Amino acid sequence: MTAKWFIDASYFAVAVVFILGLKAMSSPVTARRGIVWAGLAMIAATLVTFATPGMQNFGLMIVAIASGGALAWWSGKVVKMTDMPQMVAIYNGMGGGAAAAIAALEFARGEVHGTVVTTLAVLGALIGSVAFSGSCVAFAKLQGIMKSAWRLPAQNAVNILLALAVVGLGGVIVAAGEVKGELIVAFFVLALVLGVILTSPIGGADMPVVISLLNAFTGLAVGFEGYVLGNPALIVAGIVVGASGTLLTQLMAKAMNRPISNVLFTPISGAAAGGGEAIEGSMREFSALDAASVMRYASKVIIVPGYGMAVAGAQHKVWEMAQLLEEGGVEVVFAIHPVAGRMPGHMNVLLAEAGVPYDKIFDLEEINAEFPQADVALVIGANDVVNPVARTDKSSPIYGMPILNVDMAHNVIVVKRGKGAGYSGIENALFYKDNCRMLYGSAQQAIAEVITHVKALES
Amino acid sequence: MEGFTALYIFMLAAFTGYEVISRVPVILHTPLMSGSNFVHGVVLVGAMVVLGHADPDSPLQLAIGFVAVFLGAANAAGGYVVTERMLAMFKPGANKAGKAKEGAQ
Repeated sequence: MTAKWFIDASYFAVAVVFILGLKAMSSPVTARRGIVWAGLAMIAATLVTFATPGMQNFGLMIVAIASGGALAWWSGKVVKMTDMPQMVAIYNGMGGGAAAAIAALEFARGEVHGTVVTTLAVLGALIGSVAFSGSCVAFAKLQGIMKSAWRLPAQNAVNILLALAVVGLGGVIVAAGEVKGELIVAFFVLALVLGVILTSPIGGADMPVVISLLNAFTGLAVGFEGYVLGNPALIVAGIVVGASGTLLTQLMAKAMNRPISNVLFTPISGAAAGGGEAIEGSMREFSALDAASVMRYASKVIIVPGYGMAVAGAQHKVWEMAQLLEEGGVEVVFAIHPVAGRMPGHMNVLLAEAGVPYDKIFDLEEINAEFPQADVALVIGANDVVNPVARTDKSSPIYGMPILNVDMAHNVIVVKRGKGAGYSGIENALFYKDNCRMLYGSAQQAIAEVITHVKALES
Repeated sequence: MEGFTALYIFMLAAFTGYEVISRVPVILHTPLMSGSNFVHGVVLVGAMVVLGHADPDSPLQLAIGFVAVFLGAANAAGGYVVTERMLAMFKPGANKAGKAKEGAQ
C-alpha cells in the first residue's frame, strides 16, 4: 500500500461521511450527530493531507492552520446567537476566498494547463472571489458597519457590464494558454469588485437569501478548484454544497415571494413601498393587564415571534410567560414564519436557546389552519410576515408573500416598540383591524409586565 | 482526471446534494446552511496541497498559499463551532403532545 493509495482511500471515506453528516443534519433528532461526524471527517482529511508526497512549507502551513483556525474558533464561540447569520456569512466568504486563492496560486505556479482545467480554474476563481467580497459586504451590513444600501446610477447596467468584463477577461485567459501576471491580477480585482457591486444595493431583509446564494457559490468554487487539483473529495463536497445551497436558496426565496433575480436586481425600496391603498381606521391600545387576563383565560394562545423579539433579547421572558400560561391550563404554541429572524430557521435557534422544545414550534403550513381556533395570537416584534395586505392588496410590494394568518384569531395582541412601519417600510393593515390590540413597549419589558399580571391573577 | 468521469461526478454529486436536503424541516434551515458552509471548509485540504507545492523561494507564492490555508482553516473551524452551538440547543419537549387537543373549543 502506498501513501497515495492510503490518502485517496481516506478522502473517499471523508466524502462519504460528509454526505451522511449532511443527511443527519436534516432531522432535528440526528442533527447534532451529523455535525460531529462531519467534524471528525474534516480533522481526518486535514491530518491525512500532511502525508501527501512531495510537499514542503510545513512550518508556514501549520502556522496558517493554527492562526486561521484559532481565530475563527474563538469568534464562533463568543458570538451571540442573534449575530449568527453574519458569522455564517463571513466564514463562507473565507471559504470562497480560499478557493480563489488556490486558483491564484496555481496560476502563479504556471500549473494550469489545458482548456477544461483553465476554464474551471477561472470559473472557480471568479465565483470564489464574488463569494468572498460579497460575503464581506453581507457581514458588514448585518453587523451594522455598513449602514444603508447604496445604489449606483444605472446599477443593473453597471452590474452587467462588469460581469461581462470579468467573463471576457476570463475568456482571454483561457484562450491565451500561457498566462500573463497583469491579466490575472486585473481579473481578480474585477471579480472582487463585482461581488461588492452586486451585494451593496441589497437591503437587510433580503440578506438571508443572498448569504444562502453565496454559500452555494462557494460550494461550486470549491468543486471547480477540486477538479483543477484532481481531488475528488473537494469536487464531491463542493458540488453537494453547491446543489443543496441552491435548493435552500430557492426555498427561502419562495417563502419570501421574492424570485432570486428580483432579490439581486430590484431590491424593495422606499419608493416601491409607497404603493398600496391607504388604510382606514385607527390602532387600539391595550394595557399589560388586559393582555394578561385575555391570555390567562384563553384556551389556546399562538405566539408569533419576530426578529424584534430576538433583538430585545426577550425570548427567555416569552418562554417564561408561556410556561406560566401552560401551568394555568392554556395551550401555548409558537408559530414561525420561514423568514422570521434573519434566516429561515434562525428564530427556531433563538427559541431553542431560551429552552423552548422544538415540538412546540410550528411552521407556516402546519399552523395556519389553526388560527381561527385560537383565542389569542400574540405577535411579538414581527410585522411584514403577519400583514394581511399580502393576501388582499395586489398593489402592495409584498402581495403574494405567504403570511401567518394571525388576523383570523379571535383576538390579536401586537407587542411593538412604537407606531412606525416594519423593516420594509410597508404599513400593516393588521394593526387597524377590529380584533387587534396594540401593546406598546420593548418586548422585554412588556412581557415582564404581562408575567407580573398573570402571576397576580393566579393568587 | 478524465473530462467525462469528472462530469459524471459533478452530476451525481449535484443530485446527492439536492436529494439530501430536500425534506429538511424549516426549523433546520439555518443550522443546515451553516453545516453545509462547514462542509465546503474542506477547501482547506486543497489549500494545503497548493501551499505544499509552492516554490519556497517565491514570497508571492508563499503569501498566496498562506492566505489560502488561513482562510480555509477559518472556514472549517468557524463553520464547525457555529453549527455545533446551534444544534446543541435543539431538545425535544418533556411532554410530547400531552395536552395537544385538550383546549379545542
